[in-house]
Amino acid sequence: MRKQQLFTYYIITKVSFVNNNYYMITLKVNEKAYEIDASIDMPLLWALRDLVGLTGTKFGCGVAQCGACTVHLDGEAVRSCVTKVERAVGKNITTIEGLSLDNDHPLQKAWLEFDVPQCGYCQSGQIMSAAVLLRENPSPTDQDIDDAMAGNICRCGTYPRIRAAIHQAAKTLKNK
Amino acid sequence: MMIKKLNNMISRKSMILIAFVSITAYVIANSFSNKTYMPIKIEQIGNSTSVQQKKDSITSVKAYMKVHAVLQHPRCMNCHPSGDIPLQGEDSHLHAMLPKRGVDGKGLYAMKCNSCHQPTNTPGLHTPPGNPNWHLPPADMKMVFQGKSPSELAKQLLNPATNNHKNHEQLIEHVSHDKLVIGGWNPGEGRELPPGTHKEFVENFKTWLATGAYIPSEKIKADKK
Repeated sequence: MRKQQLFTYYIITKVSFVNNNYYMITLKVNEKAYEIDASIDMPLLWALRDLVGLTGTKFGCGVAQCGACTVHLDGEAVRSCVTKVERAVGKNITTIEGLSLDNDHPLQKAWLEFDVPQCGYCQSGQIMSAAVLLRENPSPTDQDIDDAMAGNICRCGTYPRIRAAIHQAAKTLKNK
Repeated sequence: MMIKKLNNMISRKSMILIAFVSITAYVIANSFSNKTYMPIKIEQIGNSTSVQQKKDSITSVKAYMKVHAVLQHPRCMNCHPSGDIPLQGEDSHLHAMLPKRGVDGKGLYAMKCNSCHQPTNTPGLHTPPGNPNWHLPPADMKMVFQGKSPSELAKQLLNPATNNHKNHEQLIEHVSHDKLVIGGWNPGEGRELPPGTHKEFVENFKTWLATGAYIPSEKIKADKK
């Protein structure tokens, strides 16, 4: 029995030594601290979805080409599928779940009002990108919207409704 | 007896002739050889680097043309586009998703360079290359390489009003140590490297400046691939 225990300890030590990229990492997500055991090379997307349990952020292409995985790092949009956990340590991470307390962000309201999503898969990334746009430019033109949203692809082609909803959210923010 | 003397004279004459021809051939060959670069004498004076070498327009322009070939390579030119959208690939097509330069060269809104470009290369074929400070030149100093002839680009590089206010020493410092410049030789999987090594590029840049920073004639065109 004792021999077996010793052998188990030996294996655990061995595995920890081999996987020396694994650490207990604290991520601050949506104002809350999460302790995760992850490799510093792990894409932030997997840490958020599989370890933190926030599945609103979606996997699309895995190579920063579609925008479905967009989250904020200290307020800036990043593609979480290519962003390593290491880059997010010590920063404020915001996912679609943390954009507002009760889904009442002007963008979320406008999205509902204009019935923007079709299949919905890309929409959390779309909203996260639009949020950065409105923070930096509260009165965007169509061209500004194109410039900001060109990295978020929608296979259903909901672009006209996305544009209309962003204009609507901009109006709401102005009237606040 | 006479024949022996004659033979001796002929062989002496032919020896002299052979020696003369050899020396002439060596001198001509040397003057046309590509190995005409003299070592550069660099003296560190405080924080600045003073480069001294004899002025030599041929050596200078030859070195510049090698620099030009690097600057016109997609790894360098793709981030020095003539428009406000960066270029991509070996054919320098417009960057997918059409990200724009922005005021500081770091992109716009949710389409900033570091939204996708990480501090290091992303693993995998043709994935986004990385750099801690990925950016284009800023909007007020675009430093366009795309479409520039050797003469135009050389003038642009030497003029502080169009080279981001750099003197010769600062230009050398930039090409030697700037991480984006060095990153051109570590572009990530599936991308070609610029011609030569980074070390050779820096040496050619130094030689160009040290031998007089001559600007190539308007008639000189860059080598095509």
